Amino acid sequence: MSNESYVTDDGRTIGPTVMEMKNITLRFGGVKAITDISFDIREGEIRAIIGPNGAGKSSMLNVISGFYVPQEGEVWYKGAKRPPMKPYQVAGQGIARTFQNIALFEGMTVLDNVMTGRLRQMKANIFEQAIWKGKAEREEVENREKVERIIDFLEIQAIRKTPVGRLPYGLKKRVELARALAAEPSILLLDEPMAGMNVEEKEDMSRFILDMNDEFGTTIALIEHDMGVVMDLSDRVVVMDYGKKIGDGTPDEVRNNQDVIDAYLGVAHD
Amino acid sequence: MAQSSQATGGLASIPALLQRNAAQFADKDAYREKEFGIWQTWTWAMTEKEIEALALGLINLGVKQGDFVAIIGRNRPSFYWSMVAAQSVGAVPVPVYNDSAAEEMEYILGHCGAKYAIVEDQEQVDKIIEIQDKLHTFEHMVYIDPRGLRKYDHRQLHEFSHIQAQGRAAHDELIGELKSRREKLDYDSTCVMLYTSGTTGKPKGVVLSNRNVIESAKNSSDFDSLTGDEEILSYLPMAWVGDFIFSVGQAYWCGFCVNCPESAETMMTDLREIGPTYYFAPPRIFETSLTNVMIRMEDSGDLKYALFHHFMDFAKTTGEKYGMPKRSLAKPDMKRRVKNAFRYAMGIGFAMETLLENGVRMAFTKLRHGSKAREHFKAKDPILLNLYRGNLRDYFKYRMGNVLVYGPLKDTLGFGRVRVGYTAGEAIGPEIFEFYRSLGINLKQLYGQTEATVFITAQPDGEVRADTVGVPSPDVEIKIADNGEIFYRSPGTFVEYYNNPESTASTKDAEGWVATGDAGFFEEGSGHLRIIDRAKDVGKMADGSMFAPKYVENKLKFYPDILEAVLFGNGKDRCVAFINIDLTAVGNWAERNNIAYASYQELAGHPKVLDSIQGHVEAVNRSVADDPMLAGCQIHRFLVLHKELDADDGEMTRTRKVRRVIVADKFKDLVDGLYDGSASVSTNTEVTYEDGRKGSISATLELRDAKVAPTASKIAAE
Repeated sequence: MSNESYVTDDGRTIGPTVMEMKNITLRFGGVKAITDISFDIREGEIRAIIGPNGAGKSSMLNVISGFYVPQEGEVWYKGAKRPPMKPYQVAGQGIARTFQNIALFEGMTVLDNVMTGRLRQMKANIFEQAIWKGKAEREEVENREKVERIIDFLEIQAIRKTPVGRLPYGLKKRVELARALAAEPSILLLDEPMAGMNVEEKEDMSRFILDMNDEFGTTIALIEHDMGVVMDLSDRVVVMDYGKKIGDGTPDEVRNNQDVIDAYLGVAHD
Repeated sequence: MAQSSQATGGLASIPALLQRNAAQFADKDAYREKEFGIWQTWTWAMTEKEIEALALGLINLGVKQGDFVAIIGRNRPSFYWSMVAAQSVGAVPVPVYNDSAAEEMEYILGHCGAKYAIVEDQEQVDKIIEIQDKLHTFEHMVYIDPRGLRKYDHRQLHEFSHIQAQGRAAHDELIGELKSRREKLDYDSTCVMLYTSGTTGKPKGVVLSNRNVIESAKNSSDFDSLTGDEEILSYLPMAWVGDFIFSVGQAYWCGFCVNCPESAETMMTDLREIGPTYYFAPPRIFETSLTNVMIRMEDSGDLKYALFHHFMDFAKTTGEKYGMPKRSLAKPDMKRRVKNAFRYAMGIGFAMETLLENGVRMAFTKLRHGSKAREHFKAKDPILLNLYRGNLRDYFKYRMGNVLVYGPLKDTLGFGRVRVGYTAGEAIGPEIFEFYRSLGINLKQLYGQTEATVFITAQPDGEVRADTVGVPSPDVEIKIADNGEIFYRSPGTFVEYYNNPESTASTKDAEGWVATGDAGFFEEGSGHLRIIDRAKDVGKMADGSMFAPKYVENKLKFYPDILEAVLFGNGKDRCVAFINIDLTAVGNWAERNNIAYASYQELAGHPKVLDSIQGHVEAVNRSVADDPMLAGCQIHRFLVLHKELDADDGEMTRTRKVRRVIVADKFKDLVDGLYDGSASVSTNTEVTYEDGRKGSISATLELRDAKVAPTASKIAAE
């Protein structure tokens, strides 16, 4: 845990730790998905979690988002220990996420999908919503304005009124990102944001991630397989293999770590 | 031609027109832009304030009289303001195509020695930074969208809104300076400098004076009786003279509203929301729209399909007569109202009378000769309308079509309110032209170029045809040289090519006649001008007959599945052609015919595609053979190219005109293959990606022979 801020080479300010994992262990019956992992996420940084298939990356993200409750270990968020929570409570604390397999409302338009990202900010009750006067209307206008800024930011104006089911994969990913961003999260968890994309889409997505971090100061934790992307984007990288942490540090440190090289290139198991 | 240096009423510059509009139309909408999903509006009064703040900010930044200010971005009110603000401070705006590569910008900015640039976003800023070392005179850059630019070195970089804020802050000390600079502008001072797309060689900077722009705007507005109530959508490149005339010249002269789309992708949606009354597009846009309509009709249900085709066939003959919008949108006066009311009353009376008469007669006939009458009425359908002879019946049917098909379709396309529409730049396919006109869209053709401040000829209402470009615009004189080349002289004739006296002298002679480089002739009888081709492209075949490639290419391009065609044969004994397929149209066709393909290249090489293209080529040959003068231009062999011709590869200009010489040179192996009779050629082509990286694609192309039709003269000889 560190409290000092520092400035990176490219001029961004990385603040103190906002989230810390302490000795997390997660078991499914007899299978240990995560074994005794500790790492921290600092404010304003882009933190990558990498590792081969089945290393426990997505499980780790699910622990952070409250979907799984670890059997051992503690999650510290903003200087306090977090009790076991439901995912919606975690979302209420300002942690938003996207999914590896896109989870959008296919029949709804892009705009409506992104608006759902702001549901937690809308306080009007069902009756006010039904009558559509006063509070409900005011809230809709306020939130729509925020959503429109995000639509503008992610350059999806042209598909604003298109049902999500009709969109290609790359754009769906972007819509999902927009919805997560609409919640104005302090930490954004991205589960493989670039899986299945072509080079151009990857470049776009990388730019959006950097700009998001830059413009809104959003802290980002992401899982990614594309090493080039991870090394370019992230400030610090956690490397997992077989549920254990085998490396943690800046991209350069990680790249030169023998354990990491072994995990990725493979070693003879004798 | 009036040569006074002051226009009537002191309206000698765009900033002067702005002052007038701000006073006269203060609360009328001047600009709209869709942002954050809502149309944001600026009235003329607000516009004046914005431009003033920006102009003061520019003076504050150090912009001097005569400096060049590059404007790089898509159509946005801020950029139109930037142009007028630059004019107000005595500088010259130079709009640049925003999709230009960095090297192209380097040439333009270096050529005019631009000291300032107003750009849109990070993408453009990056491009300028990349070339900045080579631009010795360059000083400051202003950007509009701050996204991603926060960490950049801001010594030479300024945000648009900050410049405006500085201008407002320095209002009191600088306003005198601004006023004195504004007053110095006269009819002969430079209004704008536009770079030609450069079909041949490097782009040339065309200097247009206030006289050129304002006179052209005035004449053309009168020609089409444009008013301050027009709505236009500005989506064509700002660096193109057409956009400058429509969105600045005419907009400021008439005081109408300029609408800017949210982004390039949302253009069609925004077009529909705005419903412009005055619309301009190159043929390609109309082609794409038509192709999309046709594709969607193919996928529609039987009833819609039948209705669409029935009424579209009907409209082909009647649309011209019943569909065209009324000439004036202005509120009718009392006399006209009475006249209209009288007409309606007569119409209703006539219809009632006919119906009644019909009913009575039918009843009597039925009574007298029962079975015969039934046969008689059964044979004709629909029974009642049969009595409406000719015109009236067609009129009612067209109105019905308007409710069922034309109206909804026009609305979907965003042309519901179009009163005057223009297409120019290339020839438009007669079928495409007919389609839009039969819908009741007053689409016309004009012929123009940057050097003429657009207008050379235009079609007056009521004299519109697909194969001519109309009569000379007001105040334009035209003469045709012996070799067929068209020369013109007009108040819109450009001042000079910047820093290029040789080119100026070779284009414009001492008396002010300008060579267009196009060959054409005046049609006897109608007095309309017809364009054959570029004068230098018109050549001779080996046997001495005329070679006019554009003529044949246009015939080919009128097929929806052919996007582009290039004909070769100058000095040869026969013609050969390259063809580009249209991926949207052919892709849809392939889908419906269960033809699988993985790439453009694979689809372009598919035997069935080649078969259908061959059919088109042979049909074109037959039609070319009808014209004895051009019968030599029939296509003997052709191939379908494995890549789309692209501006990034230098094969086309940014306005998408084919650069014939470069194509012939780049694909020399293919041309040779077509002439030496080989059945296939393997080739390797370099391609440039949008970010400037290069790659290559290789392919083996099948070359095909096309049947050549016997010419009219040959048949006669046999």
